[in-house]
Amino acid sequence: MPDLLLELFSEEIPARMQARAADDLKKMVTDRLVDAGLVYEGARAFVTPRRLTLFVQGVPARQPDLKEERKGPRVGAPEGAILGFLKAAGLSSIGEATIQKDPKKGDFYIALTEKPGRPAIDVIGEMLQVVLRTFPWPKSMRWGAQSANPGSLEWVRPLHAIVATFGPETEEPEIVRVQVAGIKSGDTTYGHRFMSPGAIHVRHFDDYVAKLEKAKVVLDPARRREIILNDAKNLAFAQGYELVEDEGLLSEVAGLVEWPVVLMGAFDEAFLKIPGEVIRATIRNNQKCFVLRDPNSAKLANRFILTANTEAADGGKAIVAGNERVIRARLSDAKFFYETDLKIRLEDRLAKCKDIVFHEKLGTQAERIERIERLAGELAPLVGADIEKAKRAARLAKTDLLTEVVGEFPEVQGTIGKYYAEEQGEDASVAAAIEEHYKPAGPNDRVPGDPVSIAVALADKIDTLVGFWAIDEKPTGSKDPYALRRAALGVIRIVWENGLRVSLGEIFRCKFVSGLQNQIDGMSLIVEGFVDLSRGYEGQRGQDLIDHLRSAYIWPAVGYLCDRAAVEAALNTFVCNPEFDADCKKYPGEAYDNAAAEVENIVRRLEPTQVEDEKKRREKQKLVDDLSRRFSNDLLSFFYDRLKVQLREQGARHDLVDAVLAQQGEGSDDLLLIVRRVEALGKFLSTDDGASLLAGVKRAANILRIEEKKDARQYTGAPDAALYAQDEERALAAAIDSAKADAARSVATEDFEGAMRAIAKLRPVVDAFFEKVTVNADDKAVRENRLRLLNEIREATKAVADFSKIEG
Amino acid sequence: MSPGNSFQGLILTLQRYWADHGCVVLQPYDMEMGAGTFHPATTLRALGPKPWNAAYVQPSRRPKDGRYGENPNRLQHYYQFQVILKPSPPDLQELYLNSLYAIGIDPAVHDLRCVEDDWESPTLGAWGLGWECWCDGMEVSQFTYFQQVAGFECRPVAGELTYGLERLAMYVQGVENVYDLNFNGREGPEKVTYGDIFLQAEQEYSRHNFEYADTTMLFEQFKMAEGACRKYLDDGWKAGHNSKRHLMAQPAYDQCIKASHVFNLLDARGVISVTERQSYILRVRELAKACGEAWLATAGGGAEASS
Repeated sequence: MPDLLLELFSEEIPARMQARAADDLKKMVTDRLVDAGLVYEGARAFVTPRRLTLFVQGVPARQPDLKEERKGPRVGAPEGAILGFLKAAGLSSIGEATIQKDPKKGDFYIALTEKPGRPAIDVIGEMLQVVLRTFPWPKSMRWGAQSANPGSLEWVRPLHAIVATFGPETEEPEIVRVQVAGIKSGDTTYGHRFMSPGAIHVRHFDDYVAKLEKAKVVLDPARRREIILNDAKNLAFAQGYELVEDEGLLSEVAGLVEWPVVLMGAFDEAFLKIPGEVIRATIRNNQKCFVLRDPNSAKLANRFILTANTEAADGGKAIVAGNERVIRARLSDAKFFYETDLKIRLEDRLAKCKDIVFHEKLGTQAERIERIERLAGELAPLVGADIEKAKRAARLAKTDLLTEVVGEFPEVQGTIGKYYAEEQGEDASVAAAIEEHYKPAGPNDRVPGDPVSIAVALADKIDTLVGFWAIDEKPTGSKDPYALRRAALGVIRIVWENGLRVSLGEIFRCKFVSGLQNQIDGMSLIVEGFVDLSRGYEGQRGQDLIDHLRSAYIWPAVGYLCDRAAVEAALNTFVCNPEFDADCKKYPGEAYDNAAAEVENIVRRLEPTQVEDEKKRREKQKLVDDLSRRFSNDLLSFFYDRLKVQLREQGARHDLVDAVLAQQGEGSDDLLLIVRRVEALGKFLSTDDGASLLAGVKRAANILRIEEKKDARQYTGAPDAALYAQDEERALAAAIDSAKADAARSVATEDFEGAMRAIAKLRPVVDAFFEKVTVNADDKAVRENRLRLLNEIREATKAVADFSKIEG
Repeated sequence: MSPGNSFQGLILTLQRYWADHGCVVLQPYDMEMGAGTFHPATTLRALGPKPWNAAYVQPSRRPKDGRYGENPNRLQHYYQFQVILKPSPPDLQELYLNSLYAIGIDPAVHDLRCVEDDWESPTLGAWGLGWECWCDGMEVSQFTYFQQVAGFECRPVAGELTYGLERLAMYVQGVENVYDLNFNGREGPEKVTYGDIFLQAEQEYSRHNFEYADTTMLFEQFKMAEGACRKYLDDGWKAGHNSKRHLMAQPAYDQCIKASHVFNLLDARGVISVTERQSYILRVRELAKACGEAWLATAGGGAEASS
């Protein structure tokens, strides 16, 4: 059977996209082959910086013929229907159709058509055309003269040639015809850009690979990785060093060369005074080189490994010298920065933080640091940390952002702060916390475990979340510019993995309260509210705008921040005049924008009221409390969403999270308890008792829902024991009472599995109840009582979760 | 005088090379700017359907990169050699590599590589895909296929090459310190080094950029440039019968360049926070976009002559 060889030859494909592109090409082509009835034997994809290659083995030469049966109208149907059928089925007369007997509904026509399979080479040609046009590059581009036209081909970088051959191994293959962006497929590719740039004619995969190899191209990325890794290790070993392996770097480097040549370079030993992380960051990020260590001391050695893409005529002397030169320059920068930084103590950098605006609505970096310091101090006792150490670490944690090294290598923030802290003699856990307070930086990052680090990490993240929440900069859709999702997930993991018991809602509320009480924050909040309102305003007259603002929830807040009457008066002057009204009609968009801007001006201009009487104070307190609660509940539900995502990723069912949360209500802000409940519930439901009880509870809930709807009332409240007519009712009632009590006791001691066990005891009595008792009894009082009993089942299970939220 | 022994030899060789390939060789734009891309010959000319091939040297000012003349590699004022070819020719990579050979870089002993580096200028509302071109691990050029400029799709796409001249010269001259570069190719008392010309300037400007630049004035200048740009843009629109034409796209764009440089100075003075930076960048970008829009309504931008 024929094989397909496809090579897409382009300018350099970014290393990070290569592996994915090879997979995508394989999947796109093979899926389409199968869809087209061309079941192949095997497929492999390869990629180098300049080529994306697919080899599909054993493709049938032709598609199988397709028999199709199409049902038509009944015999004797109107002519229009018959004609339509003929056209759809591709028949020229009704005589070509067969008649299907159907004594019940009447005879009808059937068209039996046979679609002959097409030569695979044609089908593949068409499909490649589509693959090229729809290839899912993470980023693609247009180029050349053709890019003047709409719909011009997009590729990762300019595409230059397409090899597409098709044929059995033993024969001269044919060319699969593809034409795109002025490029015609053929059998010509090119070798290594510098060492063997000539054209190569290829036939089959085997001679393709061999000819490429001869032309200094190693097609298989896995082999290039292997060559680099082995050569690097050997080279290191031969000189008494050890390679610091780096999987990510290895893949990247293998994606930068077609013909890897591994060389070793050196740098001045004096640079080893710089922290290892900084040396490695410099050499790795900027130069894509590996670092080496001394196997005895495990410390970095003054050597590096580079991977060139060419066999140089001088054996690589010039290349090594060039790389050494660049690394020397980079390291001397780093060393200079490091030494300059050491001259200033971290706390002495705090003054400068006052001049740096963290966010225009959230104040300066210094204010932010103060908030984090305060919160870290508050959290410290809750997480078992020394208060003073937590505060000290929080105070210093952001100061390294002002250092030269971080300016140059942002990725060492925190880490370098730790070094500086150690150098200036800080406590070890304070120094560690400076590094760890950013953690976890992602789903795979380590969670801090030292109490001081925990306190600062939580404080930093919570301050960010609360702050951006208060100014309404929440993540929307794919937009999360302040990485708030990551921060929330970080908090969740820190709490969870350290088994911390903290009431997040309470912390949020307190922070919102102190934020709101801060005049500036409150002010900008109100200004924002006003501006939003006036933008949404679509009245006809200025007076409408004032009415609109006055009816807003934010209006009372104006009262405690500034003189409400003054705001109204100022607004009156601006908007309550014929001119503004006329503008509103003529240029609504502009007039509203102006009004919004004016509102902002006015509110900002007015000084906060100085005098506060008792009534005002209470009014203000109430407003602040209300707003804080709103914000805090909103932020908590954001946390629950993150928690659901996290649990789902770990294989837990998200409906169980809903079931637990629905039952717990607003007060449930102890993440650890929620997680434990979900775990216990998951275990319980996987048992027979659990599954069967769930069915029973659902059945009870369904009956209740139907009957309550029918009767337009709810059956709550305790059932009347005197009205029980059957033993099963009495047994159920008794079991519910004891299960409720037992479950409540277990819940009180946070023994959720115990609570589940208590609830599980309901299973036989619930089953028996449904088997023997007719809920909708004729006697009205008995029926109502039984419905109340059903409600009791539902209520009893709520001790652990709201079973109605559980799917299945 | 050759690229191997003089800075000016390098420039002349590159100019000659690109002139031979049909580029108009322009002189630097007479304004302070952060990169050669800001030159109207790139930013504006990259927009619109007209073919355009140009090469020029542009002094680039990066106030933050000043090191008081103490760092052998970093300068707050340095030279870029900029080439723009619209539409991008199919053999642009070859052309580029040949230009390296022309200045004496031999591919038989050097390792030349294209490493992904997507270019984006948030201030210009521009982006493109391409690489940084490495010679033995050193970035010697930026190679970009412009996709969008001033918020507009490039139709057709232009190819842009930016050579970091000092770095390249240091490499071909085998010099470790930029100030040691031979500028004029002479030896002995006639030799003029890069340091002879620029060391004092680096010291003075570093002092200025980091410590003394008058921030009150600069904040004011930013506002003025922004206001002027807007004003020229507003005033330049001339309504035709069916099409709108713009009559002052270039003067307006000058003010955008000005605003951008003033922002860079403020940034170097450390008076703009990370978050404020964003809003300043956005403000410049809005100007750039409006200028691009205006340019597209001029003859140079390919607008049809109005009836």
